Amino acid sequence: MLPEKLIFDYSVPKTLLIKLSGDWQISAGLLSTNEVTSQLNSHPDIVQINISVSQELKWDSGLISFLLKLIRECGHKNINVAREGLPQEAQKLLSLALKVHEKNISSQKVREAFLEKTGEKFLQIIESSRSGLEFLGDIAVSFGRLITGKSYFRWDDFMLIVQKCGVDTLLLVSLISLLVGMILAFVGSIQLKMFGAQIFISDIVGIAMVRVLSAVMTGIIVSGRIGASFAAELGMMQANEEIDALKTLGVSPVEFLVIPRILALVIMMPVLTIYADLMGVLGGFIISAGMLNLNPVEYLNHTQQAVKLSYVWVGLIHSLVFGVIVAVAGCLRGIECERNAAGVGIATTSAVVTGITGIVIATAIITYICQFLGV
Amino acid sequence: MDSTVQPVIEVRDLDLGYNDYVVMRNLSFSVNKGDIFIVMGVNGCGKSTLLKSLIGLKTPTKGKVLYYGKSFWDEDETGQQNIMRRFGVLYQGGALWSSLTVGENISLPLQLYTKLSCQQIQEVVALKLSLVGLEGCEDLFPSGISGGMRKRASLARAIALDPDIIFFDEPSSGLDPINARKLDDLILELRDSLGATVVVVTHELASIFAVGNNSVFLDMESKAMIAAGDPKVLLADSKDPRVIQFLTRARVQGA
Ligand SMILES: Nc1ncnc2c1ncn2[C@@H]1O[C@H](COP(=O)(O)OP(=O)(O)OP(=O)(O)O)[C@@H](O)[C@H]1O
Ligand SMILES: [Mg+2]
Repeated sequence: MLPEKLIFDYSVPKTLLIKLSGDWQISAGLLSTNEVTSQLNSHPDIVQINISVSQELKWDSGLISFLLKLIRECGHKNINVAREGLPQEAQKLLSLALKVHEKNISSQKVREAFLEKTGEKFLQIIESSRSGLEFLGDIAVSFGRLITGKSYFRWDDFMLIVQKCGVDTLLLVSLISLLVGMILAFVGSIQLKMFGAQIFISDIVGIAMVRVLSAVMTGIIVSGRIGASFAAELGMMQANEEIDALKTLGVSPVEFLVIPRILALVIMMPVLTIYADLMGVLGGFIISAGMLNLNPVEYLNHTQQAVKLSYVWVGLIHSLVFGVIVAVAGCLRGIECERNAAGVGIATTSAVVTGITGIVIATAIITYICQFLGV
Repeated sequence: MDSTVQPVIEVRDLDLGYNDYVVMRNLSFSVNKGDIFIVMGVNGCGKSTLLKSLIGLKTPTKGKVLYYGKSFWDEDETGQQNIMRRFGVLYQGGALWSSLTVGENISLPLQLYTKLSCQQIQEVVALKLSLVGLEGCEDLFPSGISGGMRKRASLARAIALDPDIIFFDEPSSGLDPINARKLDDLILELRDSLGATVVVVTHELASIFAVGNNSVFLDMESKAMIAAGDPKVLLADSKDPRVIQFLTRARVQGA
């Protein structure tokens, strides 16, 4: 801090004269009001601050910002700041800045302290889980109405969403399941080679893929592609008041927008998962037959023996649950979306995070239940 | 009908707000059949919030909104939907459903609430579109037409079911003077031909005077309505400087 920018003069009783000089432009850095504050603290009798400026003072918004801070601080301490000594233009800018400030202060949110923020966040979590539960309730009611034939269901939309779910994810699901199958075979072979039991690679790949891995992988892919796009679509609709328009028409947005999406995913997830099972086994097969020199026929036979039908069912149950989780997370985040473009981005991210977290938690729970039931 | 008929909309002691933040207090006014009722006030004073409470999107903090004597917010869901079915709403940004074509946007309410055949629905859609000057635009998507056309298309949707009450949120925003004028004329024509009651949120002075015959003026500072009545009469008689300033577009004294 350059000392010559600010000079303090106490020659008049109860009054502080601040002389400003030098470079007060933003490019020279912003001065904090600390120095003035400490001066004021050591002279508690001051009730008036006058300001004078030297001839060669260079200034822009940097000076205004400093003075604004000073005036606000002095306002709290009931010290009057006379602006007469300032250049004309600076006085005008200051009064403009102060006027806007006075008008908006009533409705503006003040910056919160850390504890307050934490508390707020906590309350938000409670509120959002409440709205989440409400949403689930809405979905249940709407399903009831759909089954009893009371609600309006757009088959065209539904078919479009089903197609989109398939087309958008098929390539990724193929690639990733194939690779996961290959990786499993490779890693498995490292250990099994030591026992000369490489043929059991088929068991590892088959069981792991069919029981849980392909469902989880597909779930994550679908969450990233489809869940996110649900959130973005519904978020945009929220931002454009399209959802309001549905509501005033007396159409429940859940019936109209959410149910077809959930149904579409609940149908597509198992299909994609079965497909991923096959791709995973194929991946294992390619590695085993191509690189580990196992007998291809023996490998396939082994796989067939290892993978019981009940495993396929376990995998399908996973995929159904994931489908519901991803669709609900995507739609919920979309519907809750704030009404602006940034809100849509946040909704999308949050849909994916919720979806994947939900998938992992659900996997843990289902695995435990299967263990418990001895499946 | 006698002169003591029930008002179409009656607002009693309505308080509006978001959580703890109060937007308006103690609003009371009524809208009669055939009125073109203007809600005016400066930016951010709570016009859209009031509109949301009227069309059933936002529960008011306190007070009642009565439609034909029935308190909207005290009805159950079916009751509310029955009232809402008599509305048409033109949203500020149009709010056409973006995944549907213009024609489908208009036919959806008809599919939901009438027993018309597909063919008949198409005919009604064509009629509504021609009313707003968009004949032949059935198969365009909302993203492919201009803002002004979108607004008119969504007006066609708002009148699809021949509503008793039409709400407009800033109908002329984003329209050029010629189209804004046309929309004003259209509002008057629709009121006369459909016998509808119209509520318009706007701060477009030209349309306030061109179409309005009743109004409320919301004030941001006092969070209350500070004037009500025919805007032309307000302009002539009001003594309140805030109202005069708004209606004459006068410069703020002392600024
Ligand atoms: N979702 C919301 N949450 C919290 N406060 C809100 C919300 N929407 C609006 N507000 C506040 O309510 C007040 C009234 O807003 P509203 O949108 O009703 O104003 P308006 O009169 O329609 O303004 P404009 O003429 O600019 O459209 C504003 O001060 C705004 O900050
Ligand atoms: Mg508004």
